[in-house]
Amino acid sequence: MPTTAPTAHALADVAASDSTLRRFLHGLPGVDAVGLEARAASLGTRSIKTTAKAYAIDLAISMVDLTTLEGADTPGKVRALGAKAVHPDPTDRTTPATAAVCVYPDMVPAAKEAVAGSSVKVASVATAFPAGRAPIAVKLADVREAVAAGADEIDMVIDRGAFLAGNYVKVYDEIVAVREACGTAARLKVIFETGELSTYDNIRRASWLGMLAGADFIKTSTGKVAVNATPANTLLMLEAVRDFRAQTGVQVGVKPAGGIRTTKDAVKFLVLVNETAGEDWLDNHWFRFGASSLLNDLLMQRQKLATGRYSGPDYVTVD
Amino acid sequence: MSEPNRLSVFKTYKLYVGGKFPRSESGRVYEVTDKKGNWLANVPLSSRKDARDAVVAARKAFGAWSGATAYNRGQVLYRIAEMLEGRREQFVREVADAEGLSKSKATVIVDAAIDRWVWYAGWTDKITQVVGGGNPVAGPYFNLSSPEPTGVVAVLAPQESSFLGLVSVIAPVIATGNTAVVVASEKSPLPALSLGEVLATSDLPGGVVNVLSGRTAEIAAPLAAHQDVNAIDLAGAGNDDGLAKELEIAAADNLKRVLRPQPVDEADWSATPGTDRMTAFLETKTVWHPTGSLGASGSAY
Repeated sequence: MPTTAPTAHALADVAASDSTLRRFLHGLPGVDAVGLEARAASLGTRSIKTTAKAYAIDLAISMVDLTTLEGADTPGKVRALGAKAVHPDPTDRTTPATAAVCVYPDMVPAAKEAVAGSSVKVASVATAFPAGRAPIAVKLADVREAVAAGADEIDMVIDRGAFLAGNYVKVYDEIVAVREACGTAARLKVIFETGELSTYDNIRRASWLGMLAGADFIKTSTGKVAVNATPANTLLMLEAVRDFRAQTGVQVGVKPAGGIRTTKDAVKFLVLVNETAGEDWLDNHWFRFGASSLLNDLLMQRQKLATGRYSGPDYVTVD
Repeated sequence: MSEPNRLSVFKTYKLYVGGKFPRSESGRVYEVTDKKGNWLANVPLSSRKDARDAVVAARKAFGAWSGATAYNRGQVLYRIAEMLEGRREQFVREVADAEGLSKSKATVIVDAAIDRWVWYAGWTDKITQVVGGGNPVAGPYFNLSSPEPTGVVAVLAPQESSFLGLVSVIAPVIATGNTAVVVASEKSPLPALSLGEVLATSDLPGGVVNVLSGRTAEIAAPLAAHQDVNAIDLAGAGNDDGLAKELEIAAADNLKRVLRPQPVDEADWSATPGTDRMTAFLETKTVWHPTGSLGASGSAY
């Protein structure tokens, strides 16, 4: 049974025991899958042009968590990524910096050094990312190491096995423990891996579970499975953070990750944010894109708007 | 009993981009007529976004096509001729309508176009030997030059010669490993759009040739200014000096190779083309390789 309630709000007691937590999560209204997808699709048809597009592109760039999560990551690659995060387009210094670089825990020192003196944060995945299949002690050690190395944000994965088995309290306790390990130094993003949760109902439950346990951000996926961020599952999570703030007064951020590759996609997500959660979330403190190749497309579109000519991959860096 | 009065099935002409047959992103179409002004078909009126999509498709296809062996490219080009042979009747009809020719004259043109594919198919694995080679230099080096494809080439197809002229500008571009974004003849785009269907069934990877129909000036401007297009063939801007000049200025921005429009009539298209259109879209790469000091140690060189 969890001993500490992370925040004293109206819903603080739903996690008092396994049964109250289960009752609460299963008492959430079911998701109308067809309606959800239709809503996400219809918001995707908005036409965003000229000055609104320029604003959206700069906003999207400032929301990118520039990510490299490969076994082959080297300190050199992380340094290059950090330099790009600080000055995404060296030919145009009016380009905003990205929100953060996202790396594995052992690369945090290199990343920290690369973005020193800028507004760019260092996010580190932890808790045996991406599978999350490790003993809790190992996961917590992973988190503490990353925080000690200077990570400003921790991206944890939930135990999908426990979640799918219905052991919600285990997932809850784990998030609370990681939240404590982050202390005040780091914001916590909780990754649900929506592609493995099977149903929209599960995504809604996971969202509430994560927020109840004290997540600063809820994040769709690791980018390591077939289905990553989609407009529909992001819309669902945006509804959850909106409702959570309405009930508790606590604002939680959202981060879709994986599979967002074009400016068009990114702008669609921003429309979802504005129409669902509202303008308060249109800020990189509350909304992020977990992406790598997206940034180049945003930069090419930005160059197109600035010069009137279509740009090409020769005019952005190869990562 | 008399033949029942059958409704004929009209063909929907579509663009050919990235191996697929999309309509214009803009949803627009325009009417195409024959020489006498009779309606033939509605075809897509491409926008600059269609042009952009075509460039993306062409860029994506460039790696594999330029990396394919010259022999393989020759086989594919020959295959295009084979496929065209099977659809000769259709092209004869379309060319006759488009250019106001008799059936026999149109047949001559279509045959010449088919033969042109075969002619360029033969060149794919020979052009390197003809324009590349070892250079004599005064030093202990091997010095080798070899031609390499330029990249994505925007091709404005000739306005008058809707099929033979078209084939004569596409084939040399792709024979050497470039990929092409082709703007079909504005008034007579039907043979070009049908050629897309032939290319799709000829083992030619999707995106190597992309065919757009519409207003040449409208589509050509963004292509000429596009930073990811490496060269432009202005054959189709030949009747409009103002347009050709404007496009040349836009193309200068990223140092595109530009092939200026040359005065040609139908007779010129049917002449043996020579290698000029191939070499116009090749870059020469020269490699210096040290051989060690000659003579000093009794080098075998």
